[in-house]
Amino acid sequence: MSIYWNSVSDFIAMGGYGLYVWGSFGMALAVIVAEVLQLAARRKALSATPQRSTRVATGAAHEA
Amino acid sequence: MATQRINWFKYAAPQRFHALAGALVPWFSAAAVLLTIAGLYIGLLRAPTDAQQGDAYRIIFVHVPAAWMSMVVYLAMAFWAGIGLVFNARLASMLANALAPTGALMTFVALWSGALWGKPTWGAWWVWDARLTSELILLFLYIGYMALHAAIDDTRRADRAAALLALVGVVNVPIIYFSVKWWNTLHQGASVSLTRAPSMAATMLLGMAVMALAFWAYCIAVALVRVRVIILERERSAGWARHTLEAA
Repeated sequence: MSIYWNSVSDFIAMGGYGLYVWGSFGMALAVIVAEVLQLAARRKALSATPQRSTRVATGAAHEA
Repeated sequence: MATQRINWFKYAAPQRFHALAGALVPWFSAAAVLLTIAGLYIGLLRAPTDAQQGDAYRIIFVHVPAAWMSMVVYLAMAFWAGIGLVFNARLASMLANALAPTGALMTFVALWSGALWGKPTWGAWWVWDARLTSELILLFLYIGYMALHAAIDDTRRADRAAALLALVGVVNVPIIYFSVKWWNTLHQGASVSLTRAPSMAATMLLGMAVMALAFWAYCIAVALVRVRVIILERERSAGWARHTLEAA
Protein backbone atom coordinates (compact mmCIF):
# COMPACT_ATOMS: atom_id res chain seq x y z
CA MET A 1 0.00 0.00 0.00
CA SER A 2 2.71 2.45 1.01
CA ILE A 3 6.18 2.19 2.46
CA TYR A 4 4.70 2.11 5.99
CA TRP A 5 2.01 -0.53 5.42
CA ASN A 6 2.60 -4.00 4.03
CA SER A 7 -1.07 -4.92 3.69
CA VAL A 8 -4.60 -3.65 4.22
CA SER A 9 -4.89 -5.53 7.52
CA ASP A 10 -1.61 -3.93 8.60
CA PHE A 11 -3.11 -0.54 7.75
CA ILE A 12 -6.32 -1.27 9.69
CA ALA A 13 -4.34 -2.50 12.71
CA MET A 14 -2.45 0.83 12.89
CA GLY A 15 0.42 -0.77 14.76
CA GLY A 16 -1.97 -1.97 17.48
CA TYR A 17 -3.67 1.43 17.88
CA GLY A 18 -6.45 0.76 15.35
CA LEU A 19 -9.28 1.20 17.85
CA TYR A 20 -7.99 4.61 18.94
CA VAL A 21 -7.07 5.92 15.50
CA TRP A 22 -10.22 4.70 13.71
CA GLY A 23 -12.35 5.63 16.70
CA SER A 24 -11.18 9.22 16.27
CA PHE A 25 -11.51 9.38 12.48
CA GLY A 26 -14.82 7.51 12.64
CA MET A 27 -16.35 9.88 15.18
CA ALA A 28 -15.27 12.90 13.13
CA LEU A 29 -16.94 11.34 10.07
CA ALA A 30 -20.09 10.44 12.03
CA VAL A 31 -20.38 14.00 13.39
CA ILE A 32 -19.98 15.50 9.91
CA VAL A 33 -22.55 13.14 8.37
CA ALA A 34 -25.00 13.83 11.22
CA GLU A 35 -24.56 17.59 10.90
CA VAL A 36 -25.10 17.58 7.13
CA LEU A 37 -28.18 15.32 7.38
CA GLN A 38 -29.67 17.38 10.21
CA LEU A 39 -29.20 20.57 8.17
CA ALA A 40 -30.82 19.01 5.11
CA ALA A 41 -33.78 17.91 7.26
CA ARG A 42 -34.09 21.40 8.78
CA ARG A 43 -34.14 22.98 5.33
CA LYS A 44 -36.70 20.44 4.10
CA ALA A 45 -38.97 21.00 7.09
CA LEU A 46 -38.92 24.72 6.34
CA SER A 47 -40.22 24.20 2.80
CA ALA A 48 -42.79 21.67 3.99
CA THR A 49 -44.47 23.99 6.53
CA PRO A 50 -47.30 26.06 5.05
CA GLN A 51 -46.12 29.59 4.27
CA ARG A 52 -48.87 31.38 6.14
CA SER A 53 -47.48 33.75 8.69
CA THR A 54 -49.67 36.45 10.23
CA ARG A 55 -48.06 39.12 8.10
CA VAL A 56 -48.84 37.21 4.92
CA ALA A 57 -52.43 36.82 6.06
CA THR A 58 -52.86 40.56 6.76
CA GLY A 59 -51.14 41.34 3.46
CA ALA A 60 -53.65 39.17 1.66
CA ALA A 61 -56.50 40.85 3.53
CA HIS A 62 -55.32 44.28 2.38
CA GLU A 63 -55.07 43.14 -1.18
CA ALA A 64 -58.58 41.70 -1.14
CA MET B 1 -7.96 51.36 -10.08
CA ALA B 2 -8.77 52.35 -6.54
CA THR B 3 -11.92 54.08 -7.64
CA GLN B 4 -13.88 50.85 -7.79
CA ARG B 5 -15.09 49.91 -4.37
CA ILE B 6 -17.16 47.02 -3.25
CA ASN B 7 -19.93 48.10 -0.94
CA TRP B 8 -19.72 45.39 1.68
CA PHE B 9 -22.69 46.75 3.58
CA LYS B 10 -24.76 45.65 0.62
CA TYR B 11 -24.39 42.12 1.93
CA ALA B 12 -25.69 43.05 5.36
CA ALA B 13 -29.16 42.62 3.82
CA PRO B 14 -30.25 39.02 4.55
CA GLN B 15 -31.71 38.59 1.07
CA ARG B 16 -28.45 39.53 -0.68
CA PHE B 17 -26.35 37.50 1.75
CA HIS B 18 -28.59 34.49 1.18
CA ALA B 19 -27.69 34.61 -2.51
CA LEU B 20 -24.00 35.30 -1.88
CA ALA B 21 -23.72 32.41 0.61
CA GLY B 22 -25.51 30.16 -1.86
CA ALA B 23 -22.88 30.96 -4.49
CA LEU B 24 -20.01 30.33 -2.07
CA VAL B 25 -21.20 27.00 -0.61
CA PRO B 26 -20.20 24.78 -3.60
CA TRP B 27 -16.66 26.19 -3.60
CA PHE B 28 -16.05 25.65 0.10
CA SER B 29 -17.68 22.21 -0.06
CA ALA B 30 -15.48 21.15 -2.96
CA ALA B 31 -12.40 22.53 -1.19
CA ALA B 32 -13.34 20.60 1.97
CA VAL B 33 -13.71 17.30 0.07
CA LEU B 34 -10.50 17.69 -1.96
CA LEU B 35 -8.43 18.85 1.02
CA THR B 36 -9.76 15.98 3.16
CA ILE B 37 -8.76 13.43 0.51
CA ALA B 38 -5.29 15.00 0.21
CA GLY B 39 -4.90 15.32 3.99
CA LEU B 40 -5.93 11.71 4.66
CA TYR B 41 -3.60 10.49 1.92
CA ILE B 42 -0.65 12.37 3.41
CA GLY B 43 -1.54 11.62 7.02
CA LEU B 44 -2.36 7.93 6.70
CA LEU B 45 -0.23 6.75 3.78
CA ARG B 46 2.71 9.13 3.41
CA ALA B 47 3.53 10.31 6.94
CA PRO B 48 5.98 8.06 8.85
CA THR B 49 5.18 6.24 12.09
CA ASP B 50 6.18 8.29 15.13
CA ALA B 51 9.28 7.10 16.96
CA GLN B 52 7.72 7.57 20.41
CA GLN B 53 3.97 7.16 19.98
CA GLY B 54 3.85 4.66 17.13
CA ASP B 55 0.78 5.02 14.91
CA ALA B 56 -1.39 6.37 17.76
CA TYR B 57 -0.04 9.82 16.89
CA ARG B 58 -2.09 9.75 13.64
CA ILE B 59 -5.05 10.89 15.77
CA ILE B 60 -3.37 14.30 15.46
CA PHE B 61 -4.79 14.67 11.91
CA VAL B 62 -8.30 14.87 13.38
CA HIS B 63 -7.56 16.11 16.88
CA VAL B 64 -5.54 19.26 16.18
CA PRO B 65 -7.69 20.60 13.30
CA ALA B 66 -10.87 20.03 15.37
CA ALA B 67 -9.32 21.70 18.43
CA TRP B 68 -8.16 24.69 16.38
CA MET B 69 -11.58 25.07 14.77
CA SER B 70 -13.32 24.80 18.16
CA MET B 71 -11.47 27.98 19.17
CA VAL B 72 -11.58 29.77 15.80
CA VAL B 73 -15.32 29.16 15.41
CA TYR B 74 -15.90 30.44 18.96
CA LEU B 75 -14.01 33.66 18.20
CA ALA B 76 -15.97 34.10 14.96
CA MET B 77 -19.26 33.38 16.76
CA ALA B 78 -18.48 35.87 19.54
CA PHE B 79 -17.36 38.48 16.97
CA TRP B 80 -20.59 38.27 14.96
CA ALA B 81 -22.70 38.07 18.12
CA GLY B 82 -20.95 41.25 19.34
CA ILE B 83 -21.53 43.03 16.00
CA GLY B 84 -25.17 41.97 16.19
CA LEU B 85 -25.44 43.31 19.72
CA VAL B 86 -23.64 46.64 19.22
CA PHE B 87 -24.92 47.56 15.75
CA ASN B 88 -28.27 45.81 16.04
CA ALA B 89 -27.38 43.96 12.84
CA ARG B 90 -29.70 41.05 12.22
CA LEU B 91 -27.49 39.19 9.77
CA ALA B 92 -24.54 39.27 12.18
CA SER B 93 -26.67 37.63 14.88
CA MET B 94 -27.81 35.01 12.40
CA LEU B 95 -24.18 34.25 11.52
CA ALA B 96 -23.35 33.80 15.21
CA ASN B 97 -26.32 31.45 15.50
CA ALA B 98 -25.19 29.48 12.46
CA LEU B 99 -21.67 29.00 13.85
CA ALA B 100 -22.61 27.71 17.31
CA PRO B 101 -23.61 24.09 16.49
CA THR B 102 -20.56 23.59 14.25
CA GLY B 103 -18.26 24.95 16.95
CA ALA B 104 -19.85 22.69 19.54
CA LEU B 105 -19.35 19.66 17.29
CA MET B 106 -15.71 20.60 16.66
CA THR B 107 -15.18 20.87 20.42
CA PHE B 108 -16.80 17.48 20.91
CA VAL B 109 -14.57 15.87 18.24
CA ALA B 110 -11.48 17.47 19.86
CA LEU B 111 -12.47 16.07 23.28
CA TRP B 112 -13.43 12.64 21.90
CA SER B 113 -10.26 12.18 19.82
CA GLY B 114 -8.27 13.55 22.76
CA ALA B 115 -9.70 10.86 25.03
CA LEU B 116 -8.84 8.19 22.46
CA TRP B 117 -5.34 9.60 22.26
CA GLY B 118 -4.94 9.94 26.02
CA LYS B 119 -5.77 6.33 26.76
CA PRO B 120 -2.84 4.71 24.87
CA THR B 121 -0.32 7.48 25.61
CA TRP B 122 -1.18 8.58 29.19
CA GLY B 123 -3.13 5.53 30.31
CA ALA B 124 -6.25 7.62 31.01
CA TRP B 125 -9.27 8.68 28.92
CA TRP B 126 -9.58 11.86 30.90
CA VAL B 127 -7.57 13.90 33.38
CA TRP B 128 -8.56 17.19 35.03
CA ASP B 129 -5.70 18.98 33.35
CA ALA B 130 -5.93 22.71 32.51
CA ARG B 131 -6.06 22.15 28.73
CA LEU B 132 -8.72 19.44 28.90
CA THR B 133 -10.81 21.24 31.49
CA SER B 134 -10.81 24.58 29.64
CA GLU B 135 -11.76 22.79 26.40
CA LEU B 136 -14.65 21.12 28.25
CA ILE B 137 -15.72 24.56 29.48
CA LEU B 138 -15.70 25.68 25.83
CA LEU B 139 -18.19 22.90 25.03
CA PHE B 140 -20.41 24.08 27.90
CA LEU B 141 -20.18 27.67 26.60
CA TYR B 142 -21.41 26.57 23.17
CA ILE B 143 -24.21 24.52 24.73
CA GLY B 144 -25.07 27.42 27.04
CA TYR B 145 -25.20 29.83 24.09
CA MET B 146 -27.56 27.56 22.13
CA ALA B 147 -29.73 26.72 25.16
CA LEU B 148 -30.08 30.37 26.18
CA HIS B 149 -30.98 31.36 22.63
CA ALA B 150 -33.56 28.58 22.40
CA ALA B 151 -35.08 29.49 25.78
CA ILE B 152 -36.11 33.04 24.76
CA ASP B 153 -39.09 33.33 22.42
CA ASP B 154 -38.37 36.80 21.05
CA THR B 155 -35.58 36.10 18.54
CA ARG B 156 -33.88 39.49 18.77
CA ARG B 157 -33.93 39.41 22.58
CA ALA B 158 -32.51 35.89 22.40
CA ASP B 159 -29.76 37.20 20.07
CA ARG B 160 -28.80 39.91 22.57
CA ALA B 161 -28.80 37.67 25.65
CA ALA B 162 -26.84 34.91 23.91
CA ALA B 163 -24.38 37.48 22.53
CA LEU B 164 -23.56 38.61 26.07
CA LEU B 165 -22.87 35.02 27.07
CA ALA B 166 -20.69 34.49 23.97
CA LEU B 167 -18.69 37.67 24.66
CA VAL B 168 -18.09 36.85 28.32
CA GLY B 169 -16.99 33.37 27.29
CA VAL B 170 -14.28 34.72 24.97
CA VAL B 171 -12.00 34.93 28.00
CA ASN B 172 -11.83 31.13 27.93
CA VAL B 173 -10.19 30.97 24.47
CA PRO B 174 -6.77 32.39 25.46
CA ILE B 175 -6.97 30.23 28.59
CA ILE B 176 -7.28 27.12 26.39
CA TYR B 177 -4.54 28.29 24.06
CA PHE B 178 -1.98 29.21 26.72
CA SER B 179 -2.99 26.57 29.29
CA VAL B 180 -0.07 24.33 28.31
CA LYS B 181 2.32 27.21 29.06
CA TRP B 182 0.66 28.68 32.14
CA TRP B 183 0.17 25.41 33.98
CA ASN B 184 2.11 22.21 34.22
CA THR B 185 -0.22 20.10 32.13
CA LEU B 186 -0.19 16.46 31.15
CA HIS B 187 -1.28 17.65 27.71
CA GLN B 188 1.76 18.26 25.54
CA GLY B 189 2.80 21.74 24.45
CA ALA B 190 2.15 23.21 21.03
CA SER B 191 3.59 21.18 18.14
CA VAL B 192 3.39 24.22 15.90
CA SER B 193 4.35 27.71 16.99
CA LEU B 194 5.09 30.99 15.24
CA THR B 195 8.24 31.62 17.21
CA ARG B 196 10.18 28.40 16.77
CA ALA B 197 10.69 25.55 14.32
CA PRO B 198 8.00 22.86 14.46
CA SER B 199 8.79 19.78 16.53
CA MET B 200 7.46 17.41 13.88
CA ALA B 201 8.58 15.72 10.68
CA ALA B 202 7.80 17.76 7.55
CA THR B 203 5.31 15.21 6.16
CA MET B 204 3.43 15.01 9.46
CA LEU B 205 3.26 18.79 9.58
CA LEU B 206 2.06 18.99 5.98
CA GLY B 207 -0.67 16.42 6.66
CA MET B 208 -1.82 18.37 9.69
CA ALA B 209 -1.82 21.67 7.77
CA VAL B 210 -3.86 20.19 4.91
CA MET B 211 -6.36 18.64 7.34
CA ALA B 212 -6.61 21.96 9.17
CA LEU B 213 -7.47 23.70 5.87
CA ALA B 214 -10.02 20.96 5.15
CA PHE B 215 -11.68 21.58 8.52
CA TRP B 216 -11.68 25.34 7.84
CA ALA B 217 -13.40 24.80 4.49
CA TYR B 218 -15.92 22.40 6.03
CA CYS B 219 -16.79 24.77 8.88
CA ILE B 220 -17.26 27.70 6.49
CA ALA B 221 -19.38 25.62 4.08
CA VAL B 222 -21.63 24.16 6.77
CA ALA B 223 -22.03 27.50 8.57
CA LEU B 224 -23.02 29.16 5.28
CA VAL B 225 -25.60 26.44 4.60
CA ARG B 226 -26.97 26.86 8.14
CA VAL B 227 -27.10 30.66 7.94
CA ARG B 228 -29.10 30.35 4.70
CA VAL B 229 -31.64 28.15 6.50
CA ILE B 230 -31.74 30.57 9.46
CA ILE B 231 -32.26 33.53 7.08
CA LEU B 232 -35.23 31.77 5.45
CA GLU B 233 -36.66 30.76 8.84
CA ARG B 234 -36.51 34.30 10.14
CA GLU B 235 -37.46 36.13 6.94
CA ARG B 236 -40.21 33.80 5.83
CA SER B 237 -42.81 36.52 6.08
CA ALA B 238 -40.86 38.57 3.52
CA GLY B 239 -41.94 38.17 -0.10
CA TRP B 240 -38.57 37.04 -1.47
CA ALA B 241 -38.16 34.34 1.18
CA ARG B 242 -41.66 33.01 0.50
CA HIS B 243 -40.89 32.82 -3.21
CA THR B 244 -37.61 31.01 -2.48
CA LEU B 245 -39.38 28.51 -0.24
CA GLU B 246 -42.20 27.91 -2.71
CA ALA B 247 -39.76 27.44 -5.58
CA ALA B 248 -37.81 24.77 -3.71
